[in-house]
Amino acid sequence: MRIPCPHCGLRGHEEFAYLGDATLRRPDPAAPDAERAFAEYAYRRDNPAGRHRELWYHAQGCGTWLVVERDTLTHEIGRVTEAREQGGS
Amino acid sequence: MRYSIFSVLRQALAGNRGWAPAWREPEPKRHYDVVIVGGGGHGLATAYYLARVHGVRNVAVLEKNYVGSGNVGRNTTIIRSNYLLPGNIPFYEWSLKLWEGLEQELNYNAMVSQRGVLNLFHTEAQRDLFVRRGNSMRMHGVDAELLDVAGVRRIAPFLDFDNARFPIRGGLLQARGGTVRHDAVAWGYARAADRLGVDVIQQCEVTGIRVEAGAAVGLETTRGYIGAGRIGLACAGNSSRVAALAGLRLPIESHVLQAFVSEGLKPVIPGVITFGAGHFYVSQSDKGGLVFGGDIDGYNSYAQRGNLPTVEDVCEGGMALMPFLGRVRLLRSWGGIMDMSMDGSPIIDRTPVGRLYLNAGWCYGGFKATPASGWCFAHLLARDEPHAVARAYRLDRFAEGRLVDEKGQGPFPNRH
Repeated sequence: MRIPCPHCGLRGHEEFAYLGDATLRRPDPAAPDAERAFAEYAYRRDNPAGRHRELWYHAQGCGTWLVVERDTLTHEIGRVTEAREQGGS
Repeated sequence: MRYSIFSVLRQALAGNRGWAPAWREPEPKRHYDVVIVGGGGHGLATAYYLARVHGVRNVAVLEKNYVGSGNVGRNTTIIRSNYLLPGNIPFYEWSLKLWEGLEQELNYNAMVSQRGVLNLFHTEAQRDLFVRRGNSMRMHGVDAELLDVAGVRRIAPFLDFDNARFPIRGGLLQARGGTVRHDAVAWGYARAADRLGVDVIQQCEVTGIRVEAGAAVGLETTRGYIGAGRIGLACAGNSSRVAALAGLRLPIESHVLQAFVSEGLKPVIPGVITFGAGHFYVSQSDKGGLVFGGDIDGYNSYAQRGNLPTVEDVCEGGMALMPFLGRVRLLRSWGGIMDMSMDGSPIIDRTPVGRLYLNAGWCYGGFKATPASGWCFAHLLARDEPHAVARAYRLDRFAEGRLVDEKGQGPFPNRH
């Protein structure tokens, strides 16, 4: 499995560290249901079979956090963007 | 037909033409008291103990493929109960006790072989950690023995004791641990459950869970609708997908774990040996192949195949431990899909949906747990209350902060 890093080109996935689901958004700690929302945020996952947006960190390369679209059924890699472009976390 | 030396002799004289199928191929009924989703080791064990221990015999096990096609046939066959945490030890020890009597119980040769599990340590700090785990085990009445280098040498003289980076300083031995013929576990439970009246229904995939007034009442399947008094999910690897049919979102990610087997060799490795400076575990099957594995690949996957960097990492661990492996040819490798939970421990519990019960999150330790998992899930399904040794495996423990995190890694499934 190779990931096309926008800065370094096509690199083996062993150069990257994986952090999972990139669609999670940190809840508002001041919200009335913050306790429940944080439990969801920390522990629950959609875990889809198919297209998955996920965070990869190019640890042994340029040190950029990337959002990679990958198919969990085939390991096929789609669009790769810098995580900073999607903003917020 | 009961299996025994007499049945073998009788069949041998009759040209082996009289063997009956090990279980029936029934058509699904319209309704069962309990339906188990998943015809792997855990689901079949659950059905068996429901019938045998609790007298609940109007039970079906639904399997989308064939019995034993999932993780029960994809693991490295190791059984042990060498855990650290009080939430884990009694459960895994109960499982090991059930393994010890399993073949007589099921009247099926599962080749349970208590050849010992030896965890090697390579530093003084790691020795202290292993002493702590060994003491924790012994306080729970589980066997554990600390070996020095001479003790390890007696068991496995072929190890690279003076490796420059990872010298072997000793090991923690659980002599009662060992290996079991994994497919035979699925077949043995399926046959024994079938004999008690359980319907084992293969090629029957669940496509929907019908929920009425907050409670599950039945399942849409590829072989029609099946009503159920209670439904138990035991489909690790795909737990998130099946639970999503009832609107549930689980604390689980699916990851691929690879395993490997070499060409057959004469007996060389006496038991199960694990590397302490990386992740590598190996045993030798009765056919002679070295069966080994290591870490999960580390990214979400439902693909049942992994990537080469993990193969390299596993083989490097093996080479650091026993350099003769470099001369051995690899025969096969394969992948299984693991329910990686958020604390590395399983879930056996009710769900927020009424009459829907969950057995999931086995990470890559599910095989050794098969008998106790079935025992405790059957208890939960029959009595609607958790079994004493599975009390820690609650679904709400994540929100409650009562995690059972054996490795202390936090909510990062690929690190457990």
